[in-house]
Amino acid sequence: MVEGGDIRGGRPGALLGYCLIGLHRSFRMSSGAWRIELEPRKGRPDPVGKAARKALAQRGLSLTPELTSGRGFLLPSNLSAQQVEHLTQEVLADPVVEEARILAPGEIPELGAATLVVRRRAGVADPEGQTACRAFGILEIPVEQAESYRWFRVEGQVDPGAFLNAGGRALANPTIEEVCLGDRALALHPQPNPRPSPRREVPILEMDGAALVALSRSMALALSQEEMEAIQSHYRQEGREPTDVELETFAQTWSEHCKHKTLTGPVRLVVRDENGAELERREFQNLLKETVFEATRRLSPDWCWSVFEDNAGVVAFTDDIGIAVKVETHNHPSALEPYGGAGTGIGGVIRDILGTGLGARPFAATDVFCVGPEKLPFEQLPPGCLHPDRVLEGVIAGVRDYGNRMGIPTVSGTVLRHPGYTANPLVFAGCIGELPRDCVHKEVLPGDKIVAIGGRTGRDGIHGATFSSEALHEESESVDATAVQIGDPITEKKVLDLMMAARDRRLYRAVTDCGAGGFSSAIGEMGEGRADRGLAGGAVVELSAAPLKYAGLGYDEIWISEAQERMVLAVPPEHEAALLQLCESYEVEAVVLGEFTDSGRLQLLWHGEEVGDMAMDFLHGGVPQPQRSAEVIRPTWSATPWPKADEIRSREDLLAQVLAHPAVVSKEWVVRQYDHEVQGGTARKPYQGPAGRGPGDGTVLKPRLELPGGVAIGCGLAPRIALVDPYAGTACAIDEAIRNVVAAGGTPHQVAILDNFCWGDCRKADRLGSLVRAAEACRDAALAYGAPFISGKDSLNNEYRVGDQEVAIPPTLLCTAVAPVADVNRASSTFFKAPGNLLILVGETGPEGGGSALGDVLQWPDSPPPCPDFDQAPAVFDAVHRILDRGLAVSCHDLAEGGLAVAVSEMALGGGFGAILDLARVPVAAVSSLDRDQNAALRLFSETPTRFLLEVAEEWMESVAEELRTLRWASIGMVCENQEVEFLWQADSWLEMSLSNLAQANGMEDYPQRKQA
Amino acid sequence: MSSAKVLQLFAAGVNCDRELRFAWEQAGAEVEECHIRELMAKPAKVLECDLFSIPGGFTYGDDLGAGRVLGLEVAAFLGEQLRALHQAGGSLFGVCNGFQALVRTGLLPDLEGVSVSLAWNVHHRFECRWSRLRVEAGLAQVLPEGSLLPACTAHAEGQLVVASPEDLIRLEQNRRIAFRYADAAGEVSESYPDCPNGSAGGIAGLVSASGRILGLMPHPERNLGPFSLPDGGAGAWGTGEEGMAFFRALLAPYLGSVQV
Repeated sequence: MVEGGDIRGGRPGALLGYCLIGLHRSFRMSSGAWRIELEPRKGRPDPVGKAARKALAQRGLSLTPELTSGRGFLLPSNLSAQQVEHLTQEVLADPVVEEARILAPGEIPELGAATLVVRRRAGVADPEGQTACRAFGILEIPVEQAESYRWFRVEGQVDPGAFLNAGGRALANPTIEEVCLGDRALALHPQPNPRPSPRREVPILEMDGAALVALSRSMALALSQEEMEAIQSHYRQEGREPTDVELETFAQTWSEHCKHKTLTGPVRLVVRDENGAELERREFQNLLKETVFEATRRLSPDWCWSVFEDNAGVVAFTDDIGIAVKVETHNHPSALEPYGGAGTGIGGVIRDILGTGLGARPFAATDVFCVGPEKLPFEQLPPGCLHPDRVLEGVIAGVRDYGNRMGIPTVSGTVLRHPGYTANPLVFAGCIGELPRDCVHKEVLPGDKIVAIGGRTGRDGIHGATFSSEALHEESESVDATAVQIGDPITEKKVLDLMMAARDRRLYRAVTDCGAGGFSSAIGEMGEGRADRGLAGGAVVELSAAPLKYAGLGYDEIWISEAQERMVLAVPPEHEAALLQLCESYEVEAVVLGEFTDSGRLQLLWHGEEVGDMAMDFLHGGVPQPQRSAEVIRPTWSATPWPKADEIRSREDLLAQVLAHPAVVSKEWVVRQYDHEVQGGTARKPYQGPAGRGPGDGTVLKPRLELPGGVAIGCGLAPRIALVDPYAGTACAIDEAIRNVVAAGGTPHQVAILDNFCWGDCRKADRLGSLVRAAEACRDAALAYGAPFISGKDSLNNEYRVGDQEVAIPPTLLCTAVAPVADVNRASSTFFKAPGNLLILVGETGPEGGGSALGDVLQWPDSPPPCPDFDQAPAVFDAVHRILDRGLAVSCHDLAEGGLAVAVSEMALGGGFGAILDLARVPVAAVSSLDRDQNAALRLFSETPTRFLLEVAEEWMESVAEELRTLRWASIGMVCENQEVEFLWQADSWLEMSLSNLAQANGMEDYPQRKQA
Repeated sequence: MSSAKVLQLFAAGVNCDRELRFAWEQAGAEVEECHIRELMAKPAKVLECDLFSIPGGFTYGDDLGAGRVLGLEVAAFLGEQLRALHQAGGSLFGVCNGFQALVRTGLLPDLEGVSVSLAWNVHHRFECRWSRLRVEAGLAQVLPEGSLLPACTAHAEGQLVVASPEDLIRLEQNRRIAFRYADAAGEVSESYPDCPNGSAGGIAGLVSASGRILGLMPHPERNLGPFSLPDGGAGAWGTGEEGMAFFRALLAPYLGSVQV
């Protein structure tokens, strides 16, 4: 144990509010910086310190003494003591709750060796430091560089080595942060040195196949041998060697992430039986076009305004306002740095909406997380992986901090847990915006200026697109920090504000966001040209014009950097000055990078010298598409093993375990961290009812406060069912998303849906086989429901390699659905309204329990999966919608994970009323030879899709019955005043549970007891 | 009837501007929005309005503490004009981040020797949930004391902290408390979740001695009708009229013929 301060020459700084005793002594000045450390005032709580203590204990360092946490800032050593004191008082510290300690450059604090300092690595964005510089400017003390950090101090004995070791893992993320002990002088990160960036050719014309593959690997291009050979033969025709930046451009443009080679390529599917015998085969020239797009093409309703052609799909909301919807994944970055990965995921999808048409205004965000099991023992954690709980905590915080700062309500989503996601978590982020109809389309004309706006370019996220197209592996954790982006939501908010003002003045003709591939993708796509309109396309770009975060980036880095918060506009020359001026008034940095041409060439300049000159048609059309093989085994299952009387230890336990299942357990703690009400339009909330405790189905938002209408948003995914049968799982996911919007009051005649495929490595035939089956389910469901896909995205290669073992995630299709609601005041809600009302179950319950929550709890072997009945389902949606639209039902909840049991429980918890139901009345499909308990369990826990539970006042029953006359339905019980949910089998009580026990099982420990009147 | 003039501040990170503007307009105001850079160039513009409105958001990312940098800017560039507006009978209103900024500028609590801060919520999380605000003596000339205003809490740094327990008593005695959090029965609450952040005395909003500088954490501008409420207007959160009634009451002194 080394006591800090004494041995290194420094003396402890004062800890007396702002009294700077230390400053009146003289110091040996070193190269260090001023160090301002802020900590909670004595007696104030220190929740960060408390959480850190727990995290350290999990990593094997149990502390006896107290742990204090705080913030810190480094300021340049050339500031005077008086200046630093002034800045600390006026800008950095909050004197009511914090104490400040100012340490002169080189000075070491008391307990320095027991202090862990967590700093961002050089080059990683530090918004707090930047904002501090801005604030210092207000006080007229210009400061060029300030850096923020976090620190943790043990108030007593600790082994510094152990502290550094455990703290480095528990309190920091090594990908973006570095740790050191506080017993040394801290200096500001040096600015990187400029490196010369001369034009560099890469000789490939003479290479053989193996050499091309080796080059692709060494340059991290993620291009296959065929692709490298296509580029080689193209350059042979051009008669020259490519430059480095040209190869990088092909790598970005042709990446799986940008090009979706698998989904849009030719595929041969072979279906086999369990013995390997071929049953049938089907061929696709373009898998996506013949499944997902095909359904949309055949449906082509006139309310689809823009599908699969822009950054998001656009559908009608009113005659003159459209709704733009997009859902993205950000899986690999989130696996390495959950907070930054999820934050930039939401940031990226928001830019997709801003980059749709001439820009839509975002009014809602969605998020879905798939992570490994809760409290997974560390020894079961694959090497190099973050713990699932840490991943979840990080991604929630990332979405929260980005979405809340952007002022976009995060209103819909879920959290799924499955061991298959431990090494490969999934992060889906969606965004929905509104735009005037005359802003839906855009065009780029030759002569338009290429204007980059928003954030500066740094090394962030270089090779993100190619990186996300490869599998993760043990060493992924230690990849260069540059693969991970850190978000800066306020910069993006300024871009949003500016864009809406510039759009309404029509100062630009086209816009797109800088996502994967950065400028290379954005400018490459905008300059692609349009053969149908005789536009050859082309662009000239001067890369040295891009504003940089720090000096020293090469032209190739600038071109492919995935730095966040940047958009590219095509600005008619006559509006250039007005646009730049408007940017200045919104504090948005904007520069002209070049102009669009009609040369058919993408030309890149670096200080005037040409470093790239590519043919647009080869760049966009030259990627070879070899046929891929897909294979599925047609499975056979034995019947679902619904538990018999002697297999059920306790019925209450069974229900409690299902309510506690990760798919069912309350997610309120997540939802409450998101500002899901900002913009004032959230009409049906994620948690509803007098105490806000009942989970909703779809959420309903008003895109425009002045209009009565709303948009219902729902999502569905069923990876547990997809593991049993990808076709059924995908169809169930789509059914669930549509169920959610219908239950909330959305019209089933105008449902638009989105697909997000997350699969394993589809170069393997079995993975691709299940993907093909999922795509076929998408086609069939969309056609059956009359719900066109309007946008989508895939993320393949979600595999983890450790040693020679490769593990794929469960096949995961997320379906997102939106539908208009005519009047939000009449939107439906899910919580019980009044005792005495009848409970109407609509839809037939089937015996297939594969992939269900109960099956997971009881660890069933693979069982027959539920699958929607495409003939019946549309009629069910129609009838339920008419009932809700006519106001015949006062509440409505869909039956999803956990079946009827969970639906009733949630409606009861939301409303604060109990219910009594007779399971024998539930309409079921013909079932053979089950005993009474099996029958009861089936009715309670079956997850057959396309079912709803309605609460109907007796006086409306006749009208409801009339609407349902052609369907399977039954009146199965009623809402009760007492605080219990009771399930009967005919006259006998089969299971009862109090609301407080239901709440507790469902993870709502703080469920309020209703005061008895 | 003449309409009241509201000047609404805009800055990088403001994000509750649309609904607040909508609420003012519904309540009968003519609203002009102005970027802080524009106001810095023409600070006298402040004097042309009846009510200066600062919406919620995360100005400058709240990177140095909620409302800190906006508060510095407002104090440095508009402080003099805002004091003049107030002296001439105008009002200042801040919600959420706007309230935090008013506290940082020192315009609230407007009581010599009493300093307060809006610190991290006691459970150290951003919290979004509906709250009931009980009208306290400080605001009794605007709304009936004891009445409830349902509003939406959405903040991470809303815990009102006083430097000493005596300060709390002084705030009370000098009628600087505008709102406190209340439970379903209308009783003041200091416990979660009715009081979402652990504020001293359950304080949700502060008001100046004049009654014309008002700041509060939860968002009344999200209470725009029955559709806004968690139960859709079934009664647990009022009728959905309370939000607009609040904004009308704030504008009443400036709405010529309907003055009360």
